[in-house]
Amino acid sequence: MGLVLLIIIWLITLVSTYFFVAKWWWLPVGASAAAAGIDHHFTVSFILMGPVFVAAQLALGWFAWKYREGGTSSKGAEYSHGNATLEVLWTVLTVFLFVGMNLMSRSIWASERFDSAKPGAVQVEVTGMQFAWYFRYPGPDGKFGLTKPELEDASAGGEAALGLDAKDPASKDDVVSGVMVVPVNREVEVILRAHDVIHSFFVPQMRFKQDAVPGLAIHMHFTPIQTGEYEIACAELCGLGHYKMHGILKVVSQEEFDKWLAAREAEKQ
Amino acid sequence: MQAAHAHEAPQGFIRKWIFSLDHKVIGLQYYFLALAAVFVGMFLSLLMRIHLIWPTATLPFFGEIKPETYLSLLTMHGTIMVFFVLTTAPQGGFGNYFLPIQIGAPDMAFPVLNMLSFWTTFLGFIVLLAAFFVTGGAPLHGWTGYAPLSALQSAGPGEGLGADLWITSIAIFCIGALMGALNFITTTLDMRAKGMTMMRMPLTVWAWFITAILGLLAFGVLLSAGILLLMDRNLGTSFFVPLVTVNGQLTGHKGGSPLLWQHLFWFFGHPEVYIAILPAMGLCSQLLSVFSRKPIFGYKAMVYAMLSIGFLGFMVWGHHMFMSGMSPYTAFAFSIMTMGIGVPSAIKTFNWLGTLWRGRIRFHSPMLFAIGFVSLFVTGGISGPFLAQPVLDIYLHETYFVIAHFHLIMGVASIFGIFAATYYWFPKMFGKMMNEPLAKLHFWLTFIGAYAIFMPMHYYGMAAGLRRYSQSTEVAYILKLLPLQRFISIAAFITIASQFIFLFNLFWSMWKGKKASDNPWEATTLEWTTATPPPHDNFSGKTPVVHNGPYEYSVPGAPRDFVMQSDPEIEPAH
Amino acid sequence: MASFTTTTTVDDPRISLGGGGILPPVLGGRGDDGSGSPNYTTRLRRARLGLIVAVTPILMLFVSFTSAYIVRQGLPTLDPQTNLLVKDWIPVKLPALLLVNTVVLLLSSLGMELARRQFRGEAALVSGGTASEVSSTEQNKMPWLGMTLVLGLLFLFGQWTAWKQLGASGFYVSSTASSSFVYLLTGTHAVHLMGGVLALLVASIAALFRRASARRSIVIDVTAWYWHFMAALWVYILCLLEFAR
Repeated sequence: MGLVLLIIIWLITLVSTYFFVAKWWWLPVGASAAAAGIDHHFTVSFILMGPVFVAAQLALGWFAWKYREGGTSSKGAEYSHGNATLEVLWTVLTVFLFVGMNLMSRSIWASERFDSAKPGAVQVEVTGMQFAWYFRYPGPDGKFGLTKPELEDASAGGEAALGLDAKDPASKDDVVSGVMVVPVNREVEVILRAHDVIHSFFVPQMRFKQDAVPGLAIHMHFTPIQTGEYEIACAELCGLGHYKMHGILKVVSQEEFDKWLAAREAEKQ
Repeated sequence: MQAAHAHEAPQGFIRKWIFSLDHKVIGLQYYFLALAAVFVGMFLSLLMRIHLIWPTATLPFFGEIKPETYLSLLTMHGTIMVFFVLTTAPQGGFGNYFLPIQIGAPDMAFPVLNMLSFWTTFLGFIVLLAAFFVTGGAPLHGWTGYAPLSALQSAGPGEGLGADLWITSIAIFCIGALMGALNFITTTLDMRAKGMTMMRMPLTVWAWFITAILGLLAFGVLLSAGILLLMDRNLGTSFFVPLVTVNGQLTGHKGGSPLLWQHLFWFFGHPEVYIAILPAMGLCSQLLSVFSRKPIFGYKAMVYAMLSIGFLGFMVWGHHMFMSGMSPYTAFAFSIMTMGIGVPSAIKTFNWLGTLWRGRIRFHSPMLFAIGFVSLFVTGGISGPFLAQPVLDIYLHETYFVIAHFHLIMGVASIFGIFAATYYWFPKMFGKMMNEPLAKLHFWLTFIGAYAIFMPMHYYGMAAGLRRYSQSTEVAYILKLLPLQRFISIAAFITIASQFIFLFNLFWSMWKGKKASDNPWEATTLEWTTATPPPHDNFSGKTPVVHNGPYEYSVPGAPRDFVMQSDPEIEPAH
Repeated sequence: MASFTTTTTVDDPRISLGGGGILPPVLGGRGDDGSGSPNYTTRLRRARLGLIVAVTPILMLFVSFTSAYIVRQGLPTLDPQTNLLVKDWIPVKLPALLLVNTVVLLLSSLGMELARRQFRGEAALVSGGTASEVSSTEQNKMPWLGMTLVLGLLFLFGQWTAWKQLGASGFYVSSTASSSFVYLLTGTHAVHLMGGVLALLVASIAALFRRASARRSIVIDVTAWYWHFMAALWVYILCLLEFAR
């Protein structure tokens, strides 16, 4: 039975480790400026924790077999209540490992979350509602117009869904889109809002996720560095349509972005 | 006041089995409640796994499972498993049965309160199940019940009466759990037999004691959150709901904070996961020692580790909220504390390995589950430091990586503790042995099955596969991951089916099992000194006096390889 | 060779919760008279320990409410009309009646303490305690228990009236965030006090019809400490609502 335990535990450990190392199912290729640092820290964490996982499981299987009753290497059990030096040693090592690993990531977290978006970033207001995403651009005046809950009409889509107040002069040049378009290599500042329940804006390739909370306007930023189309998936349970509340993020060249935005502005006239 | 044991054992079916004051009967009542609950919870997960890979399938009796139904299945699955299985069987079940005996007491401190605590818990379960049968059905907001989704009757199907019943059931459960905690703490502090110092208590007793303290401090906060939520839902208050519109309609709420719910819930929720796992940790220590014929490696360290886990457990709740809109500075503070709480768990793992080292291991079924527990705890534990780092949590939050983590380290590990406890203490409770070949078969199928189900979920999460998605059909990158879901579902079907081996073994052995001796495992703690099953007052009037620690195995020079706690004091030969 | 020595000195497990505290000393070991039935001192100690434990989650409930109160007070919310974060806390003017109710509750606490000592004397007689624990015959005739019960009910009635007054001045449970907390805190306190009232009611009725018993004395002792806790909690709630507006 000890041998079977060893074989099964070792097999499970080695097979599962293989799939991690071979990256059969893995992070998609990163497309934001932060991705390299985050992916690097993933690697560091796997390199530090992986051997611990493997060693602990292999030791477990090994001991189960080696110290089986009736086996050649076990006479009587060793009467020992422990070893204080070992306790201290592995406690200190574990503290260093865990806390050290976390501290290594501090600078990335700081640059992602402590610092605000730089001036000149492209501003996009991202609003989640059951069950769609809307994206609003402030237009040439750089100001977002007021929205009023009583003006909301989700069935009409676009500006009506957000309850945009046409009487506010700042609203005149706001562009509302069902697709999020941003220029490449420029910082994007997202202002996250929600109308009804908590939603969450998640783009895996951008390594970007943030909850959109009703009653708050949360400012975050990321910088796309690769053009393309990326899926936005809602990452906080928001009701029966949670699984189909997805959007598209299009990262295009600066010229294409300007053209697109200008065209949308023109439509409003 | 409630000294039921000056009296004789009760007569009559009702006093003996329904409203019994005997902690052993109450323990069994809790156990069977949890057993019923786990099969309900498992059935719900079966329906979930079927829907995930065959979303349009029409099932007999249920018809087609709609996306909102899927969400109510997962809500109830989580709630039933966390509360009525993991917080009920290890503590209310085995703790009630064996804590008094292991400390040499004739019963719990307050037997009437004990009886009430079980029936309160039972009532909570009935109220919860009722949610399935009311208009709108069971709620769909997840076991975590985030507001405003859980606070607005109009936010989704099941968020009407179903959600009110859900909250009420949890509130009732809180009260039952608090009554139980009261008993556990008072009994452990005040009713230990002569010689049973705190540092001679078995680690199972320490675990039940610390778990009760955690429950005492945490369930009051959950109760407060539930009261506030019921008020928001039914009295028009706005504790958790800001100005929102649902389907374009204003709701009349304003100014509330969804994050307040999260803070209150997780202040409870994090200690809750330690409540779920500590008893299994205590039992694992016990079993590794018994079946390696060796003292536990580092008894004091094990006690301090459990105390640290309990204490630190109240300081890390924010790690569930890294993406919530909470201040990033606060988030980082929580993450450092969270890395800290990984340390005592690691110490315990090293000590378990140290117990096996140079032992003389016997592979009876309780031991198999104990070794399996260590393996699952390691696997589930290793994914913790990933999630604890906010930078990585940006990506991993709300993916299947999280599901893998908590199922392995809390769900499956704790269930292995329950299985181990059953196989271990069955002879003492029922006077019969369980069938060993069936037990071993159950172990292998479940151990391999659990890994087959939950290991692939890590990969699904690394590929950003999101949780609480009724279907993967709408988001292209998630649809690509469907083969993983298929593998997981097949593994789940087989593993779920294997649990009927256990169910059969359990009831068959009660009836037809081989007769058990008083101490079939040759263990040292006090429950093995008394008759099988124990008499009404546990020790037939002969209160034990304790002279030894709980893990005196293979003492050099002793006549046999174990010394009971109540045996004369032993001095090891050097 | 191992030596088996039967030890004569064993650690006597006892809980230590500070010297001279409210728990009576362990007299002569665990108080087990050998028949399996714990004696009065043990039962009292156990009951008081149980009460300390029971009071803890009630404290946590109110700590939780307090933290929600403080958070909510300072919390700005997004006003979609202006796209700005605004604070919308409107302090509640508490009815003066609450002060009267406070006096009533504190008086009831006094009565409760006198009742507790009175019944302790009776229990000492019943279980053969020392003469010094027997209270004077004068005190035995005063219905402190009944008085406490009446004052407790008066407090609850006063709270009910205060809620009516609040409502009349426009502050219902859902009117403002601040009023929600007023009803929440005072209401939850009242519910818990009712538990104490029920215990007193049962003990009072029993005292009228049955002779003294050690068990009843323990019930009243524990209820008394609970009552004092409820009174202190009320003072805390009042101060929180009045000064942390």
